[in-house]
Amino acid sequence: MSSNRTITPSTLSLSDLPWQINWNKDRCTLCGQCTAVCPVQAIKLSVFRKRNLDTSLDPAKRRMSGFETFYGIKQNTTIEEACIGCAMCSMVCPNDAIAPERNPGTERFKFHRDQEGVPRTRGGRRNSTDSLLDQIKFIRISMLTDPALDAGRHEFELKTLLGRILPPKENLHRLKTKGWIPPVREIYPLIIGGMSFGALSPTMWEGLQMGVAYLNEELGMPVRISTGEGGCPPRLLKSRFLKYVILQIASGYFGWDEIIHAIPHMKEDPCAIEIKYGQGAKPGDGGLLMWHKVNKLIAAIRGVPQGVSLPSPPTHQTQYSIEESVAKMIMSMSMAWGFRVPVYPKISASSTSLAVLNNLTRNDYASALAIDGEDGGTGAAYSVSMDHMGHPIASCLRDNYLNLVKIGKQNEIPLFAGGGIGKNGNIAANAASLIMLGASGVQIGKYVMQAAAGCVGTERDRCNVCNLGICPKGITSQDPRLYRRLDPEHVAQRIVDLFVSFDMELKKIVAPLGRSTSLPIGMSDALGINDYEAAQRLNIKYVV
Amino acid sequence: MCRLFALTSKEPVSPMLAIKALDVMKEGHDGSGVGILLRDLGGPFEEMKDVPILSGIFSEEGIRKLDLFMMDRGFMTKYKMNIKLPKEGLEGTPRRGMYLIRAYEYPESWETLDKDEIAHGLMSIRLKIRDMGEEKKDMIVYSFWPDTIMVKELGDPMAIGEYLGLDRKDLKARTIMAQGRQNTNYAINLYACHPFFVEGFSTMTNGENTAFIPIKDFLSSRKFPGYSGYQSDSEVFAHILHYTMKELGLGLDAYKHIITPLQDRDIDAHADKDFLRHLKKTCRQLIIDGPNCVIGTLLDNTLFMAQDRKKLRPGVVGGRPGFFAFSSEICGLDAVIPDRDKSKDIQPMHLDTAIVGPDRQEIKICRQTEPLRLPL
Repeated sequence: MSSNRTITPSTLSLSDLPWQINWNKDRCTLCGQCTAVCPVQAIKLSVFRKRNLDTSLDPAKRRMSGFETFYGIKQNTTIEEACIGCAMCSMVCPNDAIAPERNPGTERFKFHRDQEGVPRTRGGRRNSTDSLLDQIKFIRISMLTDPALDAGRHEFELKTLLGRILPPKENLHRLKTKGWIPPVREIYPLIIGGMSFGALSPTMWEGLQMGVAYLNEELGMPVRISTGEGGCPPRLLKSRFLKYVILQIASGYFGWDEIIHAIPHMKEDPCAIEIKYGQGAKPGDGGLLMWHKVNKLIAAIRGVPQGVSLPSPPTHQTQYSIEESVAKMIMSMSMAWGFRVPVYPKISASSTSLAVLNNLTRNDYASALAIDGEDGGTGAAYSVSMDHMGHPIASCLRDNYLNLVKIGKQNEIPLFAGGGIGKNGNIAANAASLIMLGASGVQIGKYVMQAAAGCVGTERDRCNVCNLGICPKGITSQDPRLYRRLDPEHVAQRIVDLFVSFDMELKKIVAPLGRSTSLPIGMSDALGINDYEAAQRLNIKYVV
Repeated sequence: MCRLFALTSKEPVSPMLAIKALDVMKEGHDGSGVGILLRDLGGPFEEMKDVPILSGIFSEEGIRKLDLFMMDRGFMTKYKMNIKLPKEGLEGTPRRGMYLIRAYEYPESWETLDKDEIAHGLMSIRLKIRDMGEEKKDMIVYSFWPDTIMVKELGDPMAIGEYLGLDRKDLKARTIMAQGRQNTNYAINLYACHPFFVEGFSTMTNGENTAFIPIKDFLSSRKFPGYSGYQSDSEVFAHILHYTMKELGLGLDAYKHIITPLQDRDIDAHADKDFLRHLKKTCRQLIIDGPNCVIGTLLDNTLFMAQDRKKLRPGVVGGRPGFFAFSSEICGLDAVIPDRDKSKDIQPMHLDTAIVGPDRQEIKICRQTEPLRLPL
């Protein structure tokens, strides 16, 4: 832009952008790979002008300024072409000539992301590195009063239960009288949370399913994966691997036509049915699959037209009251599989979560409660929802667990916690903290994308374009040119790596605490935190 | 690590026999406290097997409160055993009021009650007395149950035994459990001393209970008033035993399945696999994680020993027909029954419950992989 031209309010300079491209002219060979790979066209091949001084020792010759042009990489400054920091340019550059750098100054870009009155939407995360879970330490170390166990050599029983567990006396009575006993699954306490086919690319989904199948069939780890709201490919529905899958139904009921029609052909029951009422990242908001990602395959599985955005309503259409919504849905789903499959709701963490739990305690068919905290991820949401709505998971889970303890049902309705587990990479420690605060297991999503597929998102607003279908790693894209970058075999391998290493880390946590015979659910005496208020709130020890 | 010793004998014996065993095992405990349970009593109590006996420590004020309270409820003293203390106190043992052992006559109104109602009534009275004594610490009650005496005090077991004159001729029992404590500081609440007692079930344990909090939370929320206290993480072992047999109506062979369930592959091969699968799931919060050696007695004076899943604590059972002992170390057993056939000693392993029944004729090993005797 020339200095005498009109400057619009949203005309930005490089220094206004959150990410700036650091391009090294001396190293660049102009191969063009970076501009080709950039998912948002933030960089382009451009012409630069250079001044050369032409001097000579011969006094007779005049000194001259000469100009020449050269080619290089230039960063765009429009709102839609602003660099997202994904660093794919660095990844493809053969000569280490280019990298995005986070703008350390004030980011003025944020004030202009509402062009045409549309607030910013994004995928990803809350973009905050704060983590209360990271602050929790395991302080009750067995040493001399009782020997610490050997994580490498002792036998460990780390499985958990998903399903409504009757009180012991009632259960034994029904066993004796051949009464109905609710289905209970014995599963691994680290669950791959709901990420839909549609939000994820076909290669990512396939990789996840292959990894889960391998963990179950070859390593004997009963890992389960939730489908998210988007249905399930018919081949999987009719396969024996369905038993490793938790089918999710949410307010859009996407994909449920296929699922219902597949029931007569199912060789195995699914692990469970998860009824999604809320998502931690955007509580009170429904799921959203933007039109960019609704291609022919997705449209077919979900039973919708191609190329339209698919916003699920914030609430289930049939919902009239909590009793009706929860009870009817749970009953219908239980009935569909002959009361052989656990059915449980998933809600976003909220100060109203206790009311839901109390309702479930009176519903004999409710199998569990999954609570998703504010640090949960999403494929698409308004930024305002992600940044400002929601409830941290730790205190919400703790309140719910202690409420169950109060009424003596802590073993009857397992609680599953999600949202921010491993957000800074400490997955086993975070999971163990939540388990000791009362969770029967934890759900992870973003961590899987990062560890198993190399998602480049971070808690510093990096990338976050899952909603647009331009995922540079091909994890959340439906564009074959992009998702072919992701090899499902490699994803499967990484899933196995993730779970096997998690298992070892979890043992390394529980063994020194003297626990191996059962998962230490509610073992809050093992926990300490260096924040007095948080210790009081969570009813754990304050340590400094 | 605390040391444990229990015996079961056809003829009544002095509690000093058990204390002698603790003394022999002294290297393993620091002599900071002792707890003794006597059942199937001899001496003067032989003639009053059915009436409840109150054991505890009371100050003068506490005794007055107790008398008023018991009279209000129609309980009349039938027999009392006075423990006279020497004038000189014992170093390390606080000077306390009266060590009370008193048998009561049931009130007339209780005659129509059935067994469970009586059990519940006795427990409620014990809890009430305990509650009344909490504020001024003037009443400490250990047990209120027929044919049962409990003594607990801080200090070296042998010194305490002599101090309290437990070698007296009229104090004898056929079933005795004794624990020599370790790590007891002098400010300890006496309620934290083993053995623990609830409605005729009693256990003592050594080692830490690393799964204490979830187990305590589960028991406390069963709405059973006896599942309370928990000054010690080992108290839950007695309550789980009570819960297994009284609440769930299962046999002693199920106790081990609750505290240390089999792993799934072993359950799959078990004759009662369906039952065990359900038991494991529904009683998940009662799983202990050791390291613990548990010794306990049942209503009928059966004695047993069970170990944690990893068998991290020692424990041995030996003897001869008519006299068996359970000890955390072999030297304790040697001190009390030196003339036994040592080749028949049994050290229960991770799947075993060693049981000597009320007939005191043999040691039975109940292994978890064997079929259960289920009331099905």
